[in-house]
Amino acid sequence: MTSSQVALDALIVGRAETAVAGPFEIAVKAGEALVVTGPNGAGKSTLLRTLAGLLRPVGGAIRLNGLIAADGEPAARLADVAHYVGHRHGMKPQITIADNLTFWARYLGGAPGLRPSAALAAVGLAGIDDVPFGYLSAGQQRRASLARLAVVRRTVWILDEPTAALDLASQERFAGMVADHLRTGGIAIAATHHPLGLDQAETLHIPARDAASEAAMTIDEADLATAEGWL
Amino acid sequence: MRALFRRDLKLAFSSGGGMTAVIFFLAVIATVPFGVGPDLNLLSRIGPAILWIGALLSTLLTLDRLFQADREDGTLDLLIAGPVPMPLVVLIKCLALWTASCLPLVLASPLLGLFLALQPTALFAVMLTLFVGTPAIVFIGAVGAAVAVALPRGGLLVSVLVLPLTIPVLIFGVSATYGAVTDPAPFLPPFLILCALTLFFGALGPLAAAAALKASGD
Repeated sequence: MTSSQVALDALIVGRAETAVAGPFEIAVKAGEALVVTGPNGAGKSTLLRTLAGLLRPVGGAIRLNGLIAADGEPAARLADVAHYVGHRHGMKPQITIADNLTFWARYLGGAPGLRPSAALAAVGLAGIDDVPFGYLSAGQQRRASLARLAVVRRTVWILDEPTAALDLASQERFAGMVADHLRTGGIAIAATHHPLGLDQAETLHIPARDAASEAAMTIDEADLATAEGWL
Repeated sequence: MRALFRRDLKLAFSSGGGMTAVIFFLAVIATVPFGVGPDLNLLSRIGPAILWIGALLSTLLTLDRLFQADREDGTLDLLIAGPVPMPLVVLIKCLALWTASCLPLVLASPLLGLFLALQPTALFAVMLTLFVGTPAIVFIGAVGAAVAVALPRGGLLVSVLVLPLTIPVLIFGVSATYGAVTDPAPFLPPFLILCALTLFFGALGPLAAAAALKASGD
């Protein structure tokens, strides 16, 4: 357990062929948190979406060590052992919170965690399991979607602005959840503007892009063509 | 996977998705006799074709929301990153959509066929060919819906993209129906081609739609 780690090996992230940020060279071990900071548009979400397997890396690689997927094999993709919490909740407004969580627990499979009602209690939403997700306020919706982290146990949490729309008490409660997760050998990678209350977290700061660095980061088409042997 | 199928079915029924298609189908079929006039022979001759065109258009009507709702609320991200291969996810979503919106069309078709003065054999033949042929339309439509998923009003684009590809399904569906009713025309060859079309698009459609969905990830 102590040996498991996620390492970014000269990872360059971007959209299609255009590099947005990187290269990143950093490793996060079990029980550690990585806080990604940076101004708006620096590429925090792009980095996290790449880690979650939704975008292809422009360059470099994500290396996994000692992470075991749900089927007992070593994980091939980070997405197999990770929860991704993005800007959108991934919950259906028409059906109840408990049904939403039960669905994700079944669909994601793997080690079962808390029951939906217990997970909702952990985020401070006890007793409203049977309310359709659409009836909740923005902060409550965010908390309900964070309850997904508890219904299925996964080692890595990839969190994109997890505390957006949360009040102070909920932010503290969520910081407690993350701390518990780290204590049991989990890994958290979070992009956030608010301090998560993680004292020992490593910080990866993505600087704002300026014209000079952007020119340096875009891959030169001529170089690319030479490398691929077209010229 | 069963969980995904059940949930999609529940969502489709709770938002009345199946009823929209059936009501549109009813509207198309019910207006035809008024337009064509009270010539029963003519009506029963063109009836199978009208039923097929009505079912095709009703199916296209329901397709555009296949992935768009999932994309808007972020479910699509989790499905792509999830443990089930994406083509399988698309296949399951197609089957759920078919059960929710096309199966009611198939069941309603004999009743609506009565408006068009169809013989009992023709009613049964239309129902059977629709049962076999509508999955192909859904599988083709899934590709269109996946390509247009990022567009704010992709519904019309989906129909325009998909309609030409569904023409073979329509042709063989209608000719199998006529084969069952009129004597010299054969039933089995067009019917088997219709089955083959459904199987072919059942394999190709989910793969293509999954590729389009993955490429549209932003």
